[in-house]
Formats: sequence, C-alpha cells, structure tokens
Amino acid sequence: MSIKIENLKYIYDPGTPYELVALDDINLEIKSGEIVGLIGHTGSGKSTLIQHLNGLLKPAEGSITVDNIILTKEKGQLRELRKNVGLVFQYPEYQLFEETVYKDIAFGPRNIGVPEEEIDGVVRDAMAHVGLDFDQISEKAPFELSGGQKRKVAIAGVLAMKPKVLILDEPTAGLDPKSRDELIEYIRLLHEKEQITILFVTHSMDEVARLANRLIVMHKSKIVFDDLPKKVFKEVETLQNIGLDVPEVSKLVHQLNQNGFKLNEDIITLKSAQDAILSALRSKTC
Amino acid sequence: MIRAENVSFKYMRNEEMNHVLKDFNIHVLDGEFVVIMGHNGSGKSTFAKLTNAILLPESGDIYVADMNTKNDENLWAIREKAGMIFQNPDNQIVATMVEEDVAFGPENLGVDPEEIRKRVDRVLKIVNMDGYQTRPPHMLSGGQKQRIAIAGILAMSPDCIILDEPTAMLDPSGRIEVLDIIHRLNQDENMTVVLITHFMNEAIHADRVIVLDDGHIKLTGAPKEVFSKINEMQAIGLDVPEVTKLAAYLKSEGIDIPSNIITLEEMISELCRLK
Repeated sequence: MSIKIENLKYIYDPGTPYELVALDDINLEIKSGEIVGLIGHTGSGKSTLIQHLNGLLKPAEGSITVDNIILTKEKGQLRELRKNVGLVFQYPEYQLFEETVYKDIAFGPRNIGVPEEEIDGVVRDAMAHVGLDFDQISEKAPFELSGGQKRKVAIAGVLAMKPKVLILDEPTAGLDPKSRDELIEYIRLLHEKEQITILFVTHSMDEVARLANRLIVMHKSKIVFDDLPKKVFKEVETLQNIGLDVPEVSKLVHQLNQNGFKLNEDIITLKSAQDAILSALRSKTC
Repeated sequence: MIRAENVSFKYMRNEEMNHVLKDFNIHVLDGEFVVIMGHNGSGKSTFAKLTNAILLPESGDIYVADMNTKNDENLWAIREKAGMIFQNPDNQIVATMVEEDVAFGPENLGVDPEEIRKRVDRVLKIVNMDGYQTRPPHMLSGGQKQRIAIAGILAMSPDCIILDEPTAMLDPSGRIEVLDIIHRLNQDENMTVVLITHFMNEAIHADRVIVLDDGHIKLTGAPKEVFSKINEMQAIGLDVPEVTKLAAYLKSEGIDIPSNIITLEEMISELCRLK
C-alpha cells in the first residue's frame, strides 16, 4: 500500500498567539513495501506528520492519499484509513487495558468487525510476529509482564488488525539493549515476511542503519533529507548542527578521513568499518 | 555516602517470591560518580528505591550518610541528603509554574521563604534554566522538564543525587543537556552521583561502573576495565561502545592497539599513531 503526501501543511492553534506551523509544504511518496526511518529533533514535526497518516489530524492544506483513500481538510474516509494504517504510539504499553493479553490483542480486530471465528487465528498470528508465546502469555494479565513484553503486546494489538501500513512512533524508546535488539529484529522479519509498508520514528541512527532502506530527516517543519541512509549519514556536520545523532561508525569514519585516512564514507556498519580500517592499516596507504 | 550491607530484597510475582537483590554489597564514596547498568529486571531500580527508603531491605542494611534506612526517624533526613530523579519527567512536576515546582521540596522541609527564593534562583542557574521562573512546566521540552526536576532536588541541598534512567525518555539533545548538568553537579558542586542507565556512552566518564545481573554485581571497575570485557557484557545483554569492539577486532588481527579504548577520541588518536 503506497502513501502519497502532497503540499501538506498543518498549523497548531491557528489564529491564536500560540499559532505554530508544524508542517510546512510536505511532499512525500512512500511506495508499497518500503521500510522508512523518520528522524528529527523534538518539535521538528515528525509526530504531527504521522498522526496525519491515520487521520488523527486533518491537513490545514494539501492532501494525503493512502492507496485510493484520500484525506484532505474537507473530507476523509477515516474508518477505511484506520483499518489500513496501523499506528503504534510512543509508550504504547500504557494503553493496555484489558484483563488478559488475549482480550487486549483481540480488541482491535473485534472493533473493526473481524468475524469471531477468525479472532483466535488473528491473535495467534499477531503474537507470533512479535515473538510472544501464545500458551504462556495469552491468559496473563498485561501488568504481570515485563516492560518489553508489554510493548510487544501493544504492537501485536495493532498487527492483529492486519494493517497494510504500519507506523511506529519510537518503538524502542526506554527499552534495554536486549529487548531493543529483539524488537528491531521482529520488525525486520515482519517486513520481510509480510511485505507491509513500515514507517518508524526514532532518535537512533543506529536503528535506521539496521532497519531502513530509506531515511527521512525533518527539521523545523520541513523535510531536509530523504535518501538512502548511507547517503544521509555522510552529512555528519549538517546532522549534528540540527541536533541529531550520527551513528558511531559514521563519526569514526568521518573523523579518520579528516585525519588523513581515505576510507569510503558509505561505510555504516561496524563490520565494514573493521575491514576497511584493518586493510588501511596493513597497506599503510591511508 | 551510600552503603549497602548484605542486602536482599524480593517481591511477589506470579504467586512466587522472586529475589531481586541477593546478598548485595556496595559502597558509594562521598563525591563519587557511580554508574549502575544492567538489563531490565537486574535489580537496578530496586537498589535506587532502597537508597531512598521507598523500599526497605528484606535483610541487611542500607546506610545513607551513616543513617540506616530502616529507622523511621531517619526517613526525612535521608530524603533530604539523597534526592532522587525518575525516568518520566511528566510524573515529577507538581506545580503550574517552574519556580513553584522547584520550591516545593524546600517548602516541605520548612525552609525559610527568603532562603527558598535564593535557593530557587541559584539552582535554576545551575541547571541552565534561569529566566524560566514563571513559565508553565508543561510547555517545556522533556530535557528542560528533567532539568527542572533536578533543580527541585538541588533546592533541598542534598549531598547525593540518584537518577534512575533520567534520559531514557529524552531525545539526543535533551540527553546531552541533562548529562552535562549531572557531570557539572559532580565536578563543581562535589555532589555524589548514582546514575542508573542503559546508555553505555553515559557511563564512559564515570569514576566507577557497576554492572548488575540477576541481583548480583557482575562486573565493577573503571569504565575502561568494564567495557573492555566485551564478551561478558554481551552475554548479559548489554552493549559496549563500537570503538571498543573495533579495538578488540584489530587486536585479534595482530594490530598493536590497546583493547581498553572506549571513546571515539582515543580511537582516532590510536589509529593516527598507527597509520
């Protein structure tokens, strides 16, 4: 399912002293099956942007088209849109509310009218996608679970509605390194198996390097970069100037090159950096 | 400053008792900057809550400035000595104006109003939030809110500050702001700091890193010593800096490089020496 955003503008509190243009003439096309990272400083407009994608906010100007569903200031088939675009909020585990994990995950699909005889299968599938053991977990109360498990339950609740587009707002925030790595791996597998379109917001360039095939950087309500992650990472100084993190490896390669090394600035993984540095040291041609 | 002696703590989960801390000993010195790392459930937050008498040990004793947390009479003195900062900045703001929020702690301790005014202005300067006195806290960024929460603790003039993942919910620039303040408190104000974090780059400049696993101290030492134990760290689900992994790899390939490199700067200067 593809997403097309044309001339999108959004203003908070228009006509008041607090008026704030949060999105300014955003144009963007995401093709079906892409996995895209979205990065930006707090207040850059990224959360505002993703809230448009499932109709939580309506454009002040411009339009959003998800396949053939159109959302503009005047009209929008919100129900259709929300069925197809699943949005996982920041800290989604705070939104678990049912008595059992099973009921919580089943809530969404029941709500959009999935027939009762299909619910069991849908819940099992969704749990499998995020690596939750159905037999062990499904009858537990959500509050008995660890933070990482709760997060997975919340994500499964969205997956159970079988969205064609999945949007995740900082899916790994606050998780420990092990749960974080696990979750990234499940998102990667989900994308690989189901070929759904995924857009995820993050502060971590390292996550982008591991997951995304495209990176969008927002700054002051506009898109400033939209390219392959390795191309964007080369812009070390620009990224740092707009308050963003650069992956460790990019920083290392960049600074070594400033000190007379001649490494390929496309390098974004530790493995390729190791090989390049080793061969540079061995050949002494740096 | 803080001493834990043979502390055990357990809590009920799924109808069974689980030990969170087992025979736990630690001694945080006056003026020390200690980082505690460990994955979720390793006992880090339990330790933090024990030092503030929010929880009491099952067995063993915790002393804060030589006061036992078990003794009820010490409760307020302990919380005055050792202030605590939590993960979520939104849960720590109580007032509708920054200066009122910062004044809340000392007011509760019965500090003289004139003195409170002085303290509030002074601590807002320390956390780089001078000029925000009359602003509503909910309009601030996460990093700013967290700095206001720190100011609120400082206004009680503690000797020690315990921070439980204070940057986990912040963006990279908010993280840097808060971390700068924490380091300044330690260096300029000689404050004892206990920082609990998942981010290894926040541990790099600590005096001592303590790694918890399953309620035990698994590793302890200077950051260089701890992070160079790559395999042990990864085995318990923690990461080490990329440059440390790179150093280990280069060393294994016969390059003459120290294996305890933990910062980018060290790595750059080593590689420039080698080239």
